[in-house]
Formats: sequence, C-alpha cells, structure tokens
Amino acid sequence: MSVEKIIMPQLGESVTEGTIEKWLVKPGDHVNKYDPIAEVLTDKVNAEVPSSYTGIIKELIGKEGETYPVGTVICTIEVVEEKESSNISEAIRNATKEPVKVKVNEPNYGENIPKQKNRYSPAVLRLASEHNIDLEQVTGTGLNGRITRKDVLNFIESMKDGNVPSVERQVQEPVQTQETSPSPSPVQPKPIHIEKQAGDVEIPVSGLRRTIANNMVRSKHEIPHAWLMMEVDVTNLVQYRDSIKKQFKEKEGFNITYFAFFVNAVAQALKEYPMLNSVWAGDKIIQKKDINISIAVATDDALFVPVIKNADDKSIKGIAKEINELSQSVRSGKLKSDQIQGGTFTVNNTGSFGSVQSMGIINYPQAAILQVESIVKRPVVINNMIAIRDMVNLCLSIDHRILDGYICGKFLNRVKDILENTNYYEKNIY
Amino acid sequence: MAVMSFIEAINLAMKEEMERDENVFILGEDVGKKGGVFKATQGLYEQFGEWRVLDTPLAESAIAGVAIGAAMVGMRPIAEMQFADFILPAVNQIVSEAAKIRYRSNNDWSCPLVVRAPYGGGIHGALYHSQSVEALFANTPGLKIVIPSTPYDAKGLLKASIRDEDPVLFFEHKRAYRLIKGEVPLDDYVLPIGKADVKREGDDITVITYGLCVNYALQAAERLHDDGIEAHILDLRTVYPLDKEAIIEAASRTGKVLLVTEDNKEGSIMSEVAAIISENCLFDLDAPIMRLAGPDVPAMPYAPTMERFFMINPEKIERAMRELAAF
Repeated sequence: MSVEKIIMPQLGESVTEGTIEKWLVKPGDHVNKYDPIAEVLTDKVNAEVPSSYTGIIKELIGKEGETYPVGTVICTIEVVEEKESSNISEAIRNATKEPVKVKVNEPNYGENIPKQKNRYSPAVLRLASEHNIDLEQVTGTGLNGRITRKDVLNFIESMKDGNVPSVERQVQEPVQTQETSPSPSPVQPKPIHIEKQAGDVEIPVSGLRRTIANNMVRSKHEIPHAWLMMEVDVTNLVQYRDSIKKQFKEKEGFNITYFAFFVNAVAQALKEYPMLNSVWAGDKIIQKKDINISIAVATDDALFVPVIKNADDKSIKGIAKEINELSQSVRSGKLKSDQIQGGTFTVNNTGSFGSVQSMGIINYPQAAILQVESIVKRPVVINNMIAIRDMVNLCLSIDHRILDGYICGKFLNRVKDILENTNYYEKNIY
Repeated sequence: MAVMSFIEAINLAMKEEMERDENVFILGEDVGKKGGVFKATQGLYEQFGEWRVLDTPLAESAIAGVAIGAAMVGMRPIAEMQFADFILPAVNQIVSEAAKIRYRSNNDWSCPLVVRAPYGGGIHGALYHSQSVEALFANTPGLKIVIPSTPYDAKGLLKASIRDEDPVLFFEHKRAYRLIKGEVPLDDYVLPIGKADVKREGDDITVITYGLCVNYALQAAERLHDDGIEAHILDLRTVYPLDKEAIIEAASRTGKVLLVTEDNKEGSIMSEVAAIISENCLFDLDAPIMRLAGPDVPAMPYAPTMERFFMINPEKIERAMRELAAF
C-alpha cells in the first residue's frame, strides 16, 4: 500500500494550466486505472483526467473552479501494489524511471509542483514590499519558475509604463476580496462587490464561463478593434442553395447551409489577402501559411470556436460536412482539444440567431473576425429600378495594429464579389 | 602607452621606482645576473649594479629578515621569493616582525617592504611550484596582500606597494606572466592599494575574483554575453584587507554572486568575501552565494589531467555562471 499523486496533466501542446471543472470522484471512492476522476478545462475544451492508478482516492487537493499549472498535484490515491513485496528492486527501478510517482510518506518538497513558487529570496521580498507588489502577479523566470530579483525589477519597470495595475492603485477602488474568485488572468481586476437583493439568483461562474470571460477581456483589453460593414447581394446564392438543398440532404445526409458558402468565400479571399490571416506576436506580425477558420458555435450557456483546418483546400461540401461534425461535437460535449487549436481567422454565424449587425470581439491572437449576419429580403436599387433582393451584412472586426481599413476594405470587397457571383453555373459545391 | 606582457609591466615598475628612489633595492635568489627565474628582474642588475640587485643564498627567512631590517632603517627593499611556495620559511619574519613592528613600537618604527612572489598553478609545477598562499597571510593585520590581474594594474599597484609605508605581499600569477598582455602607460602612475576594480559591468550576475581568474571570468562573461546574460565582474586587486564597500556594492547590484579563486576552497579569501556579503547584503541577495575554487586536496597534482581538474579555467567559470544565472 502506498500513496501516489495524480498531477494536472498536459492536455495538448502549449497548454500550461487547467481548471478543475468538476470532480467525478470523492475521497474513499475506489477507482480503476484509466477511470475518469475529474473534468478539466483547458483553453476551451473539456477533458477528463484518467486515474493513473488503481486504488482508493485519499484526498482531493485541487478545488473545483480553480486553475492549476500543469504538473501540480491535484489529488492523492492509495494504491495497492501486489508486486511491491515480491520485487522491490523493480519498484525502485520504476520509481527512478518515472519521477512522476513520488511517495507521499517520504519528506517531499514537491518533485512535480514548481518548487520555488512561494519561496522568495530576501531581495525579492524586499523589492516587493518596497514597491507594494503582489508577487502572485509576477511571472518567475528562474529555476523551476522561481521569481528572481530581475523579474521583480522588470515588473516594476512595466508598472511604471502603466501596463499593469499596482496593488496600491487597485486598493483605491471599492473592492472586496472574495475568497471564491481566483483570477487566473493577471490583467483582470478584482471584482467589485455588488449587493444581492431579495429574489436575485446567484449563478456561480463556471470554469468555462471564466475562460470565455478571460479571453474576451484579454482581446478587448489588448487589441485596438476597428470595424467595417458591407452589404452583399446574395440573391443568386440563395436561389442556388435552395435549388440543391433537398437533393443534397438526401444524398449526403446533412444540410448544405449558407454558412458553408460564406466560409468558403472567406477562405478563398484570405488566400488572396494573407495579411488578414496573421497574428500579432509582440515585436512582429506572423503571417500564417495555413488557413484555418475558427467558427463560433454556441450552446445555451457557452461559446466554442472549433477550427476547420486548411479551409482553402476544401470544397463547399467539405466545409459543410465539417461544420456539421464540429457543431455536433460541441453539442454533445465531445470536442477534442486538437479540434479547437490552430485557428487563424474566425467566421461567426451571427445571422443564425437573427442579428443584422454586430461588432465581434476578435478571437485572440488572430487579426480579424467576420460576422455573417441574417440574410433578409430588402428593396434595393439596381440600374435605377427597385428590386427585392436577398441582402446580408458582413461585419468585420480588425486588429488595427496589424491591419488598416484599406486592405480590409479590399478583402471584404473580394468576399462580396465571390458571394455575389456564386450561382448554379459558376460555382460547384463539390 | 605600449602593449606589454604582465611580467614586462612588473619589470618596468621596479625599474621606474629604482630610478626614482635610490633607497629602492631588490634582493632574492637569482634576481641579479640571471635576471630571475622568470626574468622579472631582467636588465636591472646591469642598470643598477650588484649593490641594488642582490643575489642571495637559498634562505627565504634570511631574504625576509634582511629586507625587514633594511626597511626599518629607511630603505625600500623588494624581496623576491622565487616561488610563493618557498615563502613558508619566512613566515615568522613576515608575520611576527614585519606585520607587527609599527604596532609593537607604538608607531616609532615601520617596515616599508615589498615581498614579491609568483604563485598559482597551470604550468606543470606540481606541489612545490603551484601553491596559492594568500589565505595563509590573510588574517594578519599589519600586512597588505596585493594580487593584480592585468599588466596595467600590475605596474600601478607594484609602484604603489613600493611607496607604501608598510609591508606588502605582492603575488603574481606565474601563468599570467607571459599569457596576459595589455596596454601599459610608459609614464609614472600608481593605483590605490585596498581598492577593488570593476572589470566589467553587468546586471544579471556578479563575479568576484582576483588574479588570473579575472581574465578567465572575463572570457566566460563574453560567452554569456552572446546569450544575453550580463556579468558584473569585480577584481579585488587587494585581497587583504578587503575593499568591503566595493564587495557590498557589486554583490547588491545583482543579488547573485559567484566567488572564484584558484586556492583551496575552505578558508580561502572567498570565504571571507562570502562572510562580508552575508553580513551586509541579506536583503539584496537573490540566490545563495556560490563559490568556485580549487578542491580541498593538499597540493596541485603533477599529471596534466589532474592539474586541469584542479585548476580553474574559463569553462568551469562559465558553467558556474550559467547555473547561477538560471537560478
């Protein structure tokens, strides 16, 4: 019998932390190896953490709703090892082979957790107290994430530039420290205390909601947004789609949506205007080679942005199929982490819930997001005559650090051009 | 200015001082006709004659004793020990007499003496020709111990030592003699004894060292510079008494301090430097004080591989610097 630790796993490349959404076990429960023990949220996807051992859950160290760095011990488990007494040397070999298995009954300063997290040098503590710095807000670059004197000095410098609010300045605001609100984002100010009135319903902020909130705050906080809107005559497209809709459904088993046409047009236009397919990387702009379209898919209480990879390689049918699959994954909660990674541009189907105009928040760190609004019949002047046409507004939000209106106007005009020339004769959906 | 080797700068310093003050004279083994085993006194016998450049018997206690007596009656002797290892028979003279005479005589007598001695390893000299002996003398109030690292410092500090009113032990790293070259002014200048010197500015880590190791540390610092790590390098120059102010300033500057000496680690000059830092800089320290030194074994080995194991070199310093920078 020994006590083993289960750590926050690395769920996907570049993932550095995870939020425990829900524990699926409680102390005393018996679990088999690979049984799910917790739901963990990273980026925007839910994943289940499997148990690494067969045994009895001893202690749940991680708390629901809290975010932990990869490698942090989240729970301990009592393991029954049949082989232990019979073959000690093998156990030792295993122990040295896998540093993850650390016996808890030995004195242990945390092989897996960042050792230096709360161990500050005298220099760091002095600087922090002199400058009123909350060390929780400082990122450590030293050994095992230790906060070095230089990290604090750099932090003080960045405070002078006004990038990060100091604790002192925050204190002046009417804030109340709430024990239930960890703020994973360093930018996020502490919540303002709001009195609950009789009859009000209090909804706890779930891990997912918090992730969405953090992403939105970060994007809106950091990116200087600018907006453009163009109206597009999609009468031909509507007729074309209506003419093949029934047949397509019978043949393929899923719907051919307008949205697939829009994603296809955007992918094609991005190929011609690659600047829109860029990300801001601090001191440089990275123009992405792959055109991976993130599409916003909402459920009742959450928002996901799964990715159609290499959308420019795919036919309208291919895109329609992928949209269908991704939407189903979202609704059944089976979205995988690789399905949400690598997006380079987002198309948002705001028309699906009736919007005719909106200003999207960019999906950080992309350069732009396109909102496809409702297709509505409107009187339009064509050749000095009034006609009833199917019109749609395309609303583009851009990162003005990367893009200027001129290039975006050209891009949007190109999308419009492709869509207006989409008809039975000129565009094949296969 | 002229580019010259470390040993040429020492030779020049003695020449200039002997020209300036006729009380300055040299005594030691083979310093006269031969010009010294390392040629440090080359040409001086010819220029100043046998009465000012004295060849002595192989008796270090006598060399020191004669020099101390001469100094007490107003001469300015420069006593050369052929190797620092051989200074030991003269310890009683130096520690009990030279160092204490001013105190003992209530300031009536003084001993303006310089004892020059080549120290250190790296020349396959093994145990009798490689020792670092500075720590043996470094708790003897009344003595000053100077160990320069560059030709410029060597000339300025040796001249200052000769003019000093009290005994100075002047240790020269024998591997530095012809290895290290640098610009040296041909005119008269002295550098202050008791003052350390910043040899390189940086804000990531501080390296404090002296002698040949300064040169090695500078080489290592250049390699770190390529990776964006900037080392601040303090050359102690005088290892006794220490320039506490400069040590505190340099240590506080980065909070990460590496102390380097070729001497055996325990009880070395760096032990004292570490103590000064911990007494004064607690709230500026960002990492444990780190020491890189020779191993605590009795002597420099003769086998080249083992000598390399013992000796400090730029690679060892670089490794330690990187480790400290990463902390």
